[in-house]
Amino acid sequence: MIPELGEFALILALGFSFILAVIPLYGAATLNTLWMDYAKPLARAQFTFLLISFICLGYAFANDDFSVQYVANHSNSQLPIQFKLSAIWGGHEGSLLLWAFILSGWTLAVSLFSRGLPLDMLARVLGVMGIIATGFISFLLWTSSPFLRYLPRFPADGADLNPLLQDFGLIVHPPMLYMGYVGFSVAFAFAIAALLSGRLDAAWARWSRPWTNVAWAFLGAGITLGSWWAYYELGWGGWWFWDPVENASLMPWLVGTALLHSLAVTEKRGVFKSWTLLLAIFAFSLSLLGTFLVRSGVLTSVHAFASDPERGFFILVLLLLTIGGSLTLYAFKAPNVKSESSFGWLSREMLLLINNVFLVVMAITVLLGTLYPLLIDALGSGKISVGPPYFNALFVPIMSLLALSMGISGAARWRQTSVEGLKKQLLVSGIISLVVGIIFPFIYGDGFNFRVFLGITISTWVIATTAKEFKDKFRNANSITAKLSQLTPSYYGMMLAHVGVAVVAIGITLVSTYSEERDMRMAPGDKIELADYQFEFKGAKKVKGANFTADEGTVVITLEGEPVVTLHPQKRHYTVKRSMMTEASIDAGLFRDLYLAMGEPLGDDGAWAIRVHYKPYVRWLWLGGLLMALGGLLTVFDKRYRRKSTGEVAHA
Amino acid sequence: MLRFFILVLLSITSAYAAIDTYEFKDKGKELRFHELSADMRCPKCQNQNLADSNAAIATDLKQKIYLMLEADKSDTEIIDYMVARYGDFVLYEPRFNAQNAVLWLGPGALLLFGLIIVIWLTRSRNKSAANTEQAPELDAKQQKQLQQVLDKGKK
Amino acid sequence: MPRLLLFIPLALFISLSFFLWKGLSIDPRELPSALIDKPFPEFQVAALLEPERILSKADFIGKPVLVNVWATWCPSCRQEHEQLLRIAQDNKIDIIGLNYKDEREAATNWLRQLGNPYAFNIYDEAGMLGLDLGVYGAPETYLLDAQGVVRHRHVGVVTAQTWVELQAMIQALGVSQ
Repeated sequence: MIPELGEFALILALGFSFILAVIPLYGAATLNTLWMDYAKPLARAQFTFLLISFICLGYAFANDDFSVQYVANHSNSQLPIQFKLSAIWGGHEGSLLLWAFILSGWTLAVSLFSRGLPLDMLARVLGVMGIIATGFISFLLWTSSPFLRYLPRFPADGADLNPLLQDFGLIVHPPMLYMGYVGFSVAFAFAIAALLSGRLDAAWARWSRPWTNVAWAFLGAGITLGSWWAYYELGWGGWWFWDPVENASLMPWLVGTALLHSLAVTEKRGVFKSWTLLLAIFAFSLSLLGTFLVRSGVLTSVHAFASDPERGFFILVLLLLTIGGSLTLYAFKAPNVKSESSFGWLSREMLLLINNVFLVVMAITVLLGTLYPLLIDALGSGKISVGPPYFNALFVPIMSLLALSMGISGAARWRQTSVEGLKKQLLVSGIISLVVGIIFPFIYGDGFNFRVFLGITISTWVIATTAKEFKDKFRNANSITAKLSQLTPSYYGMMLAHVGVAVVAIGITLVSTYSEERDMRMAPGDKIELADYQFEFKGAKKVKGANFTADEGTVVITLEGEPVVTLHPQKRHYTVKRSMMTEASIDAGLFRDLYLAMGEPLGDDGAWAIRVHYKPYVRWLWLGGLLMALGGLLTVFDKRYRRKSTGEVAHA
Repeated sequence: MLRFFILVLLSITSAYAAIDTYEFKDKGKELRFHELSADMRCPKCQNQNLADSNAAIATDLKQKIYLMLEADKSDTEIIDYMVARYGDFVLYEPRFNAQNAVLWLGPGALLLFGLIIVIWLTRSRNKSAANTEQAPELDAKQQKQLQQVLDKGKK
Repeated sequence: MPRLLLFIPLALFISLSFFLWKGLSIDPRELPSALIDKPFPEFQVAALLEPERILSKADFIGKPVLVNVWATWCPSCRQEHEQLLRIAQDNKIDIIGLNYKDEREAATNWLRQLGNPYAFNIYDEAGMLGLDLGVYGAPETYLLDAQGVVRHRHVGVVTAQTWVELQAMIQALGVSQ
């Protein structure tokens, strides 16, 4: 009964989305206030029924309703409850329902937090989001319903959730990621609304900014969580593999970063409007493209959902309509955009534009590398692979140039800045960065290393230039505390995010250069040494978990005789899926991780294949990611977004 | 269709870290082993390198790499050996040839192109801005005054 | 900004969509053999059922053959076994077995119980011949021409449909010779 209610709620949600997609847009075009007024209640209705549908699926999982195919394929009676519920998004159909649900959530949020927005603008924005929702709910109902049943005979118990997914990571990573992916639809909707209305002054930039920043923050948090989860879950200590699905999340984030900077310039200076509109379309298009790549079976990935080309075809049609439609609209309407001010060739505007170029080229590089095998195959030239060596080789140099440019942009003034002024501002930071960069590999490692020099220099550069800019704010201040409270959340957010970039860069540089690992055969009593730590294997014993049995090893770690920690890696055997999984044991630290995983038992003396990793500064990767996300969220608390103004352009 | 699903499910159920204990006397060879097995793709898996895969074929290929390293083969020889049998698919670093030229040179070209466009656009809008503005010309005395004011500001 | 330039993003997207559409009909996991139109690798390996007999390429050069890679640990091989028996009965082409990373006793029992469609079996215990051939899993079936050059590889179960396609290819070989 409940699954059918869920399906029915989905159908009703489709109905409301369709009306939302048509009526308010028509109302905006004909300036019919009544029809435009329908947008808000329609958004509420759409959300309500998607919520009902979502709850029905959750109910089916919580009550072990194995007559529902999706539940039978992804759950089991012995699965702990938190994973039963997270299994809602553990497969294709359910995660798509989550996508649609989150979309309706953002639509509702826009309808609630838009007091300063003119009615026709709001109607258009919600209308565009309704169009997207119509597409996705149709996709759900036509090809991927999570409510299909196994009737009349259904399995007594489910096939269980993939053991790799039975983890805290599943609870947080997909929802965060989808909040980001879907969140970019708001910026997209604002851009389309601006193009449709012809209201191409910079006001839409001011309205878009908080929504874009929050979506960007969520996506960044989602990517960070994914990297962290893969690190401790997969057992090989890696944190980024340039896998197509990982790339699918990175691309919209990169373009999103370009977008949020471009929006800032458009809001403050009234320039770049055409470019910002294109970026908004581009960012969400990449979200949609990611959906296609992950669910169509076009690319191979450990993360891909079991999918089929028929679904892929449906999504491709969705893509053609949404992206093709928006780009056509852009091509026709963008010429009506006019700049509101001008800027010199050396100015903050110009430098931010250059940063945009870097970010977009980075995104295109990832896109090219991800799709190239498909391109070559489609042209009949055979099968090739593009992996980490390619991406690392191209990404790192451009990233370094971007970091260099970040520091310069912060010191540049709007409209016009001079080379002398820049030199004065940046000289000290430059010298400090070079000195730290050169010294660091000698102190921390054993001699000069170019990669470390490069990474540490640009990270220090970013931090130093940010600090100098902050310090300069107090130059004419009478009191420090007064000035501190005068600085806006936007500014603090920006500082936090930029420092986050440096922290990530430091983490990546150090963990990729100074990691040590060894795979050893260890019998009980054996000792090995790695990176000054001593590891002693004490043997393995059998333990039992909720839905698995395991061999648990004990390894005692000491540093120069002093005990550090005892770790217990496990080799788990999941009873229902009859599959094996390594559960690594990690001693986490701010400056280093000690990472242990068990392989196979070797021989009769209780010996095991054990992998030992020393990973310096790996946590800085995710700390930096969190700092960036926090920075993005902080900007939303800026007072100016709470003013009920009528859309004047704000000048810096 | 169902078979496809089962195949996929089966292939993801055996997902645990592959830990092979190869003993190398030479540290350099051990490093090369790690690099080679990280940069080569398992022909059977869903986008995993040899190092992280526990598929039978991945274990065999790692074994072969180990033997070839011990036999003092060069990296190029090992790579050519694998490609002769499994094709370019098995390399994660695509070869630099005419087919892959766009892949390797594209981003750099795009970057250059982007920067040139930005500079050209800024120049041209500055020129048109300068043409539309009609700044009043200063005579010699006014220019001197202006210069004095500016110099004072610089101090 | 010249109007036409604004259409570039749309044009790029349409071309991309074309490739994505083509990609939907390609299986990214299917790996073509790197040895197509190259000679079958040389080898000196013992036969499965006669351990003292050492087999080499010379044993099957002279006419087109099918080389079938199989093992007792491979469930799909069990599935295609009936079809292989039918092909053997048809007597149009010999099937050479490549017993891949298997145990001699288990393999021998398997053939005894289920029937032996193979002219003879190469016992590739360590899988080294398989490696030279570019085998990455069982079952795989190779079509060689009379000179021992690999002409086609079929990955997966040989079905009746596969046999129809193979027969067409064998015909083509006969004509070109």
